[in-house]
Amino acid sequence: MSEFVVNKTYAEINARIKAGEAVVVTAEEMIDIVEKDGPVEAARKVDVVTTGTFSTMCSSGAFFNFGQTIPTIKAQKVWVNKVQAYAGLAAIDFYLGATEPAEDDPLNKVYPGEFRYGGGHIIEDLVAGKKVFLEAKAYPTDCYANRKCKREMTLADFPHALLCNPRNGYQNYNCAVNLSDKTVYTYMGTLKPKCRNANYCSAGQLSPLLNDPLYRTIGLGTRIFLGGGIGYVTWHGSQHNPAAPRGKNGVPLRPAGTMMVQGDLKQMSADWLRGVSIQGYGCSLAVGLGVPIPILNEEMARFTGVSDAEIFTQVVDYGHDYTNGIARTYGEVSYAQLKSGTIEVAGKKVPTAPLSSYVKAVEIAELLKKRILEGSFLLAEPVASFPTVDFSFDK
Amino acid sequence: MYTRIYFLRYPKETSDQPIIYQLVKQYDVEFNILKADIRPQRDGIMILELKGNKENVREALAYLKGLGVRAERLAAKIGRDERKCFQCGACTGICPVGALYVERPTMEVRFDPEKCTGCGLCVTGCPVRAMHVSFDQLPDEDVVTTV
Ligand code: SF4
Ligand code: SF4
Repeated sequence: MSEFVVNKTYAEINARIKAGEAVVVTAEEMIDIVEKDGPVEAARKVDVVTTGTFSTMCSSGAFFNFGQTIPTIKAQKVWVNKVQAYAGLAAIDFYLGATEPAEDDPLNKVYPGEFRYGGGHIIEDLVAGKKVFLEAKAYPTDCYANRKCKREMTLADFPHALLCNPRNGYQNYNCAVNLSDKTVYTYMGTLKPKCRNANYCSAGQLSPLLNDPLYRTIGLGTRIFLGGGIGYVTWHGSQHNPAAPRGKNGVPLRPAGTMMVQGDLKQMSADWLRGVSIQGYGCSLAVGLGVPIPILNEEMARFTGVSDAEIFTQVVDYGHDYTNGIARTYGEVSYAQLKSGTIEVAGKKVPTAPLSSYVKAVEIAELLKKRILEGSFLLAEPVASFPTVDFSFDK
Repeated sequence: MYTRIYFLRYPKETSDQPIIYQLVKQYDVEFNILKADIRPQRDGIMILELKGNKENVREALAYLKGLGVRAERLAAKIGRDERKCFQCGACTGICPVGALYVERPTMEVRFDPEKCTGCGLCVTGCPVRAMHVSFDQLPDEDVVTTV
């Protein structure tokens, strides 16, 4: 016997999608539905809730295979547009990381560095259909005699290109301030001295893992919106930490779960994969990500009904604490407060700025909703779950 | 506060003199070098923003004129490439005058060119370089013409 009143399976939901009968809403729309109808009624009514997030995700990159040369080559070093890739794989495979800067980048020698071009920009250029210049060096062997290769290539010329991001979609993230007396340039943006601004980076109520806080439905094999195309969750992401402290609603109060995601780069678009340059920090890639959450029962309805006012994070000092590995918080704030434009830190009003695009997060959730309603996107049942912790609303 | 941006062309005899230092010290103006290309014994150019009270800025210009520096007044033009901007909001924490701001509750990031002072901070602060600055020549009562 199930502990739930409402019980739906993936197969039932997919059948409804195929029949054009599924009810699909965004995580934003779900808030009102659960509040008005209660979780049981909401679970009866709604089949799928779509989520979305679009922001810089540094642990991203892509695997490529560039096709053989004649004579054949076993590439030892590979550069694309002067950005070094990792080629310590089979002959013509390499991995290009999003944060790798161009080899001639002055980095932070001219502080704060601009980091104009790097791995993330190459990924954007490729999906935008631009030509890139590939250079490979090799030592010759009996089976691979070539020593070098230089080629202009477009994404279509690569026999294989796979976006493969070991950590995306962080479930919650710190709100960053700077308590030191000089400006710091961080991956959380430019932070003025003496706590004069606060930056945060999460889609909050629209963020995938904040809508499935215990990873009940997001697991290995979950089909997702990735970079404009279709991708899959292929493992829990690096640094995945289900044991982080949680509120009564199961939502973590600090960075917790993460996802590893993959997808065929060739069907993605430059609208949803953007090379970024973060002043004083480095290059990276902004990734558009959306996860559909099946409303299998009233518990999932309750989870997806979460609103910004019920999601909290910690204020962390990036002027001193973060760099020195000091785990200290300067207060807990909700995403409703963060999004209002001002929070209070130690009795002082501090203006906030988002780094994650809420506008694009809404767009992704809407796009995903549209694709499911059209029947062009079906849900995939995970084949294994992420590591998690025990939780129940009643306890 | 009176703020003006000038395009300065230095004759080579002055390129090794501490002109900026004198501007600050004698005329009490704040400055912000937006662009500079000055090498010893060569003509130099600089785009300089001067801030201070109106009289001081004018006197500072007269001083430059006396040294044979040519100055043309410029207006910084800041624009946003809407196709590049992905509405992240990072610039709203950087812009000192609120010309880039978040519209609530949609969280759209808006740019108000009327408020913009042309400081240029958002240009390198925007992760996708959606903000760009260009300088337009302006006719102005302050123009110091050729000596
Ligand atoms: S930082 Fe750039 S991309 Fe982000 S909102 Fe501002 S202008 Fe747009
Ligand atoms: S140039 Fe300066 S004032 Fe104008 S929008 Fe950019 S940061 Fe704001």
